[in-house]
Amino acid sequence: MALIDKHAILERSPTLLLTFSLTVVTIGGIVEIAPLFWLENTIEKVEGMRPYSPLELAGRDIYIREGCYVCHSQMIRPMRDEVERYGHYSLAAESMYDHPFQWGSKRTGPDLARVGGRYSDDWHLVHLIDPQSVVPESIMPSYAFLMDASLDGERIGDLMATHRIVGVPYSDDQIENARLDFKLQADPDEDWDPMVERYPGAVVGNFDGQPGITEMDALIAYLQMMGTLVDFSTFVPDDSR
Amino acid sequence: MDVVKLVALGLITLIAAYASDQGLDIAFRVHGFIVLVVAAGLFIHVLRRVDEPKTAIVATDYNDGPVRAGVIATAFWGIAGLAVGVLIAFQLAFPALNFDWAQPYGNFGRLRPLHTSAVIFAFGGNALIASSIYIVQRTSRTRLFGGGLVWFVFWGYQLFIVLAATGYLLGATQSKEYAEPEWYVDIWLTLVWVAYLVIFLGTIINRKERHIYVANWFFLAFIVTVAMLHIVNNLAVPVSIWGSKSVQLFSGVQDAMTQWWYGHNAVGFFLTAGFLGMMYYYVPKQANRPVYSYKLSIVHFWALIFLYIWAGPHHLHYTALPDWASTLGMVFSIILWMPSWAGMMNGLMTLNGAWDKIRTDPIIRFLVASLAFYGMSTFEGPMMSIRAVNSLSHYTDWTVGHVHSGALGWNGMIIFAMIYFLTPRLWNRGAMYSTAAMNWHFWLAMIGIVLYAASMWVSGIMEGLMWREVDDQGFLVNSFADTVSAKFPMYVVRGLGGVLYLGGACIMVWNMWKTIRGHAIVHQPISQMTVPAE
Repeated sequence: MALIDKHAILERSPTLLLTFSLTVVTIGGIVEIAPLFWLENTIEKVEGMRPYSPLELAGRDIYIREGCYVCHSQMIRPMRDEVERYGHYSLAAESMYDHPFQWGSKRTGPDLARVGGRYSDDWHLVHLIDPQSVVPESIMPSYAFLMDASLDGERIGDLMATHRIVGVPYSDDQIENARLDFKLQADPDEDWDPMVERYPGAVVGNFDGQPGITEMDALIAYLQMMGTLVDFSTFVPDDSR
Repeated sequence: MDVVKLVALGLITLIAAYASDQGLDIAFRVHGFIVLVVAAGLFIHVLRRVDEPKTAIVATDYNDGPVRAGVIATAFWGIAGLAVGVLIAFQLAFPALNFDWAQPYGNFGRLRPLHTSAVIFAFGGNALIASSIYIVQRTSRTRLFGGGLVWFVFWGYQLFIVLAATGYLLGATQSKEYAEPEWYVDIWLTLVWVAYLVIFLGTIINRKERHIYVANWFFLAFIVTVAMLHIVNNLAVPVSIWGSKSVQLFSGVQDAMTQWWYGHNAVGFFLTAGFLGMMYYYVPKQANRPVYSYKLSIVHFWALIFLYIWAGPHHLHYTALPDWASTLGMVFSIILWMPSWAGMMNGLMTLNGAWDKIRTDPIIRFLVASLAFYGMSTFEGPMMSIRAVNSLSHYTDWTVGHVHSGALGWNGMIIFAMIYFLTPRLWNRGAMYSTAAMNWHFWLAMIGIVLYAASMWVSGIMEGLMWREVDDQGFLVNSFADTVSAKFPMYVVRGLGGVLYLGGACIMVWNMWKTIRGHAIVHQPISQMTVPAE
């Protein structure tokens, strides 16, 4: 076959072989990834999405650091049992401020996309310290050490500023007040109204029940907002997606 | 030259010293300290040799020192990666193994990336680098290009592994599966990888053979594609250059697509294309037969590298990724079945006329088992990428079982064959010390894989069905916790499978030790060697 014989040309030129291979392997990625940045129906227009509050963002980083995504997904598929078990299926808009995404790939534990507000702060606290005490069948490790790791929020503004660089719409006001908001969210005795004004729907509380802010506070603040932001009464699914 | 080296090493030492003291987080400080020790050690090493006369040795033989080091590193990281795998397998059966005293470092969430990176990049990666530089020299009949640069590649890669592994334990991760290392470790790997490309491409350019051998097409495609995937998937902005934390450039749906474009092609290029390069050398050499079909190898090479790249979105069926993308992923994944099996057939048919060796030659047996598992997983994969199947299998242990039939079966078995093939040759021994030990290894590994795959099929399909089970009133029958406790026996069986597989690998290490501790190495110029078979 003539075409096959031409292959000898590639077999004799390292440069051609390299160029051809590289060209061939770039095509699929370009076709599948690039349009996601400009097709308008990729991310739904929804009401209620906002960037993470400073404490939630710190909690999210703990979630990432401890590898929670290894066992918990944050992506509810539109199937009867999943919607029944976890709530409304996940929208692309709900993770549009997630750098990186946390959809996960394995459910060794249940999906957490809408865990916010499902359990009390106290339940989360007890569960994270000793999972088996509230769910005997659980195989989750203990995260009691989060109680002892205190946070001062000193660099939370830098973190938010970096998120702004990659496209999260934090306002100047939000970044200036980052450290204040960080403390307000974990202190129900202070006047936390301005914080909730900046981050509508943020849950305020002394999550770990001890003075000061710990990693436990941050993680529970994050868990308690998960999947609660979008106003589904105004959401209309787009059939073209 | 020495002055430049000394100045560079001195600067690195100073920066690392600052980082180890002023770093913003524990991982960054520890990494600063590791780099400090390495750079200071190299500084002293260079300084002590400044006055020594440089003897210009024109080496004419193959450069096999780095291959020897690579074979030992492969065995070392293999044992380490498999041992962590066994530990985390039992953690899922017995959560008390997430020891209180080891918190947070010993928790499953931090050890699991350690296991995956150790087996894929440390065990698999070292096998690929060692094999590729051994094979490219033989099939090009020339000494490795770049002189001492290969040692930078070898030790630079080991440093990458150490930084990645300690990073996970200390909490430095960007949470992208199989791309967890943070920004500065990614940059370091990029440097090492470019050097790897330079020595590999340089050797091909210097070749004394008219044609580039098929194994080298696969190695070349693997090296450039992994570079592309690594760079795009790790685009991130560091929060501070004195801390490990970075923020990914992409978010949500685009980030998910990019991650699984990367993730699936870590399988497609790291664990498949590169390993097919190994297959195209070891199978014909060990069977002493030419490759079955030259035309088939051309067709399946181009088809494989073109199609694999598209398969990523099958990891995202029914998610918030738009349907058009996941449909493309599914279609290409199914088409991918064909070039995958073409590669398997080309390998197996190479044994035509040498099938009797399966009974007598343990290396052939490892190779055939490896190809058989390659065929099995590349059938199972396309099947699982079909939406209807994926709706059941996704998020379950079935996926874990599928990955391991590929990793333990295809990748593991061919690496063991590689080690048994190279060890006697590299240390100039007639054969491995014990053939009986090779047979023990083979059967322990086979039984281990069967236990692993079977238990994960049962566990995965069972939990998938239990999750979706509804009663006649339309209510869910099982709580999530019910499915967790139902999987306990399968988790124990899986762990035992891992113990057998690890046990086999330990026997191999003992066998290597006995073989290597034999007698001295003899160097021979290339011109006096017999012409290598191709």
